[in-house]
Amino acid sequence: MDLALSDDQLALRDAVVDLLAKESPPERVRAAEPAGFDPALWALVSGMGLPSLAVAEGLGGGGGSLVDLAVVAEEFGRRVAAAPLIEAAAATDLLAQLGAGALLEPVLSGDLLATVALRPPVNGVARLVPAGAVADVVIALDGEELVASRSSVGPAAPLAVPANLASSPIADRRLDDGERTVLATGPAARAAHGRAVTVWQALTAAALTGVGAAALDMGVAYVKQRRAFGVLVGWFQAVQHRLADVTTDLDGARLLAYEAAWALDEGLGNAPALASMAFVFCAESAFHAARESLQFHGGYGYTLEYDIQLYFRRAKAWPLAYGDPRREYQRLAHLLFEHAEA
Amino acid sequence: MDFTVTDELAEYREPARAWVRENAKPEWAEEQHRRGDHHTPELHALLVRDGILGAGWPKELGGSDVDPGFASAVVDELSGMGIVGDAWATTQMVLRTMLHVSPPEQQRAYITPALRGELLIALGYSEPDSGSDVAAAKTRAVRDGDEWVINGQKMFTSAAQVCTHVFVLARTNPDVPKHKGLTMFLVPTDSRGYEAQPIYTLGGQVTNSTYYTDVRVPDSARVGGVDAGWSVMHVALVFERGGGRHGGGGPTLAERVASWAQTAMRDDGTMYYDDPINRERLARIALEIEVGRLLGMRVRWMSERGELPGVEGSMHKLWWSEMDQRHYGALVDMLGPDGGLQPGAPGAPLSGELERQFRSAVVGTIYGGASEIQREIIAERRLGLPKSRPAK
Repeated sequence: MDLALSDDQLALRDAVVDLLAKESPPERVRAAEPAGFDPALWALVSGMGLPSLAVAEGLGGGGGSLVDLAVVAEEFGRRVAAAPLIEAAAATDLLAQLGAGALLEPVLSGDLLATVALRPPVNGVARLVPAGAVADVVIALDGEELVASRSSVGPAAPLAVPANLASSPIADRRLDDGERTVLATGPAARAAHGRAVTVWQALTAAALTGVGAAALDMGVAYVKQRRAFGVLVGWFQAVQHRLADVTTDLDGARLLAYEAAWALDEGLGNAPALASMAFVFCAESAFHAARESLQFHGGYGYTLEYDIQLYFRRAKAWPLAYGDPRREYQRLAHLLFEHAEA
Repeated sequence: MDFTVTDELAEYREPARAWVRENAKPEWAEEQHRRGDHHTPELHALLVRDGILGAGWPKELGGSDVDPGFASAVVDELSGMGIVGDAWATTQMVLRTMLHVSPPEQQRAYITPALRGELLIALGYSEPDSGSDVAAAKTRAVRDGDEWVINGQKMFTSAAQVCTHVFVLARTNPDVPKHKGLTMFLVPTDSRGYEAQPIYTLGGQVTNSTYYTDVRVPDSARVGGVDAGWSVMHVALVFERGGGRHGGGGPTLAERVASWAQTAMRDDGTMYYDDPINRERLARIALEIEVGRLLGMRVRWMSERGELPGVEGSMHKLWWSEMDQRHYGALVDMLGPDGGLQPGAPGAPLSGELERQFRSAVVGTIYGGASEIQREIIAERRLGLPKSRPAK
């Protein structure tokens, strides 16, 4: 048992903290809205090889772990960075797992931005794919086939983004719009896609703990300087106790997100269940944090001028990319309690 | 990072199971619940006989050669059967405190007979007018030559009905700030002027209200310095929070109920588990148990590194106690009218365990620092928010 980040991970975190302090301050996040994509930031992130951080060095990746990526994702969440790191990382991991030749190299090098359609396409259309507005390649589980669709869309030629709560670069993607490659079929296809969803959930969970932690920090800072009835707002127990609950939830959420990433790194059988748990709980905790912090901002929390709204919207909408969270509880029950076959 | 939990007691599990098979009676669990005392004298005598009670204690004080790992594994096996030892748990807290604060002769006077099974100690902290605000205790101790004269009342003196002593927090100096005028005494329950009345609780436990009328104890019954009671109690509190929880490797509540729900039929012929509402309930419970396990793991990890998990301990306690109430509430709901059936009632699902736990979970958010106290600790020490309660 060791719950500390390694020295390398702390150094990685410091590097990402520095990068995002410079390249993803609130002004840049706001400037990237409503499309939710910051090309200059993405060029840096991609150039540093962050999406392929956890791919084995032998395959051309960074030789790191998913826990390393979780460290990065947490900081991206803290800054609500307008760059599809998690989608690209999940897609890169999937291609590396399959050892898929033609696409792997340009994706690893950053020449192509790939994403994963988390939900099955309907009539050949993957709906509201995360990073779908900017990805060169969309990987989807189309019936029995795992397909990669490469079109003329890309970071330099984005699709129009439908107005959406988080200002995320989501978009519908036609799988036959461009070059369609079958990566795997049958059980292998389902397994590869399942793993990609698990990776996406674990990393999104880590990012959401960053969203929640930053939202909490904002709320705490605000109630420490704003006065009402002659005292600091943070003096009131009604405020303190709710913030204490948020803090406890977030500490638990963060441990759970890292446990899920660690379980994936270790190849443990319960990694999908842990990732599912981490995903729903980090989503709930992050939104709870943002909601409470916004409330304690009073009327200013409702204005667009204060940054808490940036976090409030993303805490709710990032997880929606996957679906109704209460349906995820059904899947979680299946993963946890139904041991029919291996 | 590494979330692997190794069972440091692995090598003791099998011998502990064998000991329990040989010595423990399953009906003790039910008897403890029925009496509400959470103590079995017959078991206590066996633990003494085989040196399990004395495991890990210094030899010169009556400690045994039994490996403390084996002793812990035996306690785990017993609690797996629903058999607890509340009186020994509180006794142990006081004895460990004495190792830190008492002179050798006092240690020999209390620890040695306790390890022989002749002495059990209940905690006398709370009073009718003070619970969480424990330092507001009004029970008075006044010096009279070599003796102290104690007057007052304690509430929730749990296990006092089977104990030989109460560890009493008393005010020895009313003229200084409340934390500074307190002293601890070990008061024999056969003292003149001592009286106990049972308090019946929602969870079935029978605790006590204890009364002290001109009770005289010698100065040798004082634990720690005069007016140093607050710091003595803090040592004891560390041991109270150090207790393991959900430590065993057995199935969790969610797993046990889910597996039951996959075979148990409702009145309409459908299985409990087939209802998506119940699957969501169970999945949520499993998730929250995992969060609680991780928060507890962090407390242990920090302690092992020699750090003091103050705020982290509060978070763990807040989480599991609030969580237990949510969980048993949700599971009783799941059972519908059967959810209200109590242990012993014909047809009670899972022998009425969920109904009983629903009642006993109520106290988790109250004892050992109410949830409101834990939130205050988190708000002040982690978030740096200003102290909100009145000073003094």
